[in-house]
Amino acid sequence: MSLYQLSKFLYVLNRDDGAKARFREDAQAATRDYALSDEERKALVDRDIGLLYVLGVNGQILMHFAAFCGIAWADYLQQMRDGVTRYGPVRAGLYAMTTGTDEKVAGV
Amino acid sequence: MTLVFTGICSHAPGMTARADLAPPEQKDTLYAAMDGIRQAIADTKPDAIMVVAAEHFANFFMNNMPAYAVGMGERYKGPIEDPEWLRIPVREAKGNPDLARRLVAEMLNTVDVAYCEEWQFDHGIIVPLHFLDPHNELPVIPVNINCQGPPLTPLKRAWAFGEAIRRAADSVPERIALVATGGISHWPATPDSGKINEEWDRDFLDRWLSNDRDRLLAYSDEETYREAGQGGFEIRTFIAAAAAAGGKGTLQYFQPIPIFAVSCTVATMEIA
Repeated sequence: MSLYQLSKFLYVLNRDDGAKARFREDAQAATRDYALSDEERKALVDRDIGLLYVLGVNGQILMHFAAFCGIAWADYLQQMRDGVTRYGPVRAGLYAMTTGTDEKVAGV
Repeated sequence: MTLVFTGICSHAPGMTARADLAPPEQKDTLYAAMDGIRQAIADTKPDAIMVVAAEHFANFFMNNMPAYAVGMGERYKGPIEDPEWLRIPVREAKGNPDLARRLVAEMLNTVDVAYCEEWQFDHGIIVPLHFLDPHNELPVIPVNINCQGPPLTPLKRAWAFGEAIRRAADSVPERIALVATGGISHWPATPDSGKINEEWDRDFLDRWLSNDRDRLLAYSDEETYREAGQGGFEIRTFIAAAAAAGGKGTLQYFQPIPIFAVSCTVATMEIA
């Protein structure tokens, strides 16, 4: 469990054009300097929004990453719901899901 | 007295990114209210706009998290988000390091603020500026209160910070317009996005508009998290604005807009 490292990676990526370019070129290599579990590294490389959400990545960091990945808003919300369905409840942090997986409070 | 304007507004990225998904009359009236305070700010002929924000990891992270930070840079760039996603083009805003240095020096008498010669804008600052300074004309003094990474500064300290802002603004000859931006209740960036506790929001605004210090500071973070979500921690910026202005508020706009993820709010406060 290295949520801090995982979050730090995304924090740096979100705010740095060079880090974005390196991630686009070779996502696996871009994560090399971060002490991540295999699950965390795979979630990044696969752009697995649902798993990153369940692992406890702060929603603001995750939202910016999803925008970088070109994921539309409705898809972003659905990928998080699907992540909870597949991997279970959010494991850490402040951004737990309090609505149901079938509930779309804003209609999307 | 050189604090010439105090207001609060929402900064939700949906306000621009998802503008076309909101009911048009809600979006149009919100935009009109934002334009109303743009004009009100312009009418005060400010030398700088100070934006008190609750940023979202554009600059500050848990490796070195300041409770309070003030930008002292020459220039600021943003948004860090994909501009196509946010639907706000990248701009380079000008700062005023000389003014910021004097403001920080005065604030330090009572609050240990961090100062930053580097700072990037995320939606927390660029959404308000997009509406309030559409032509990128005003020098900006960015200010941040950590509302994201607990432990968070206590509300009574946010109040003290607002008082420090006021003292600092009044100690310089430049005319300062102050805009604090945040959400009231919201559960942003999660599947809960769009959940809004309107009753809680209206009660908070009642406290804010009457500038009732005791009631503004009465919340515990546990209560806020339960009733208003993790986004509710951003009330710190509104509380600082109330402390800075000292007068009574006037609500310009209030409307829960779920697709924008918050009760969109625009208000001004008399400088007393």
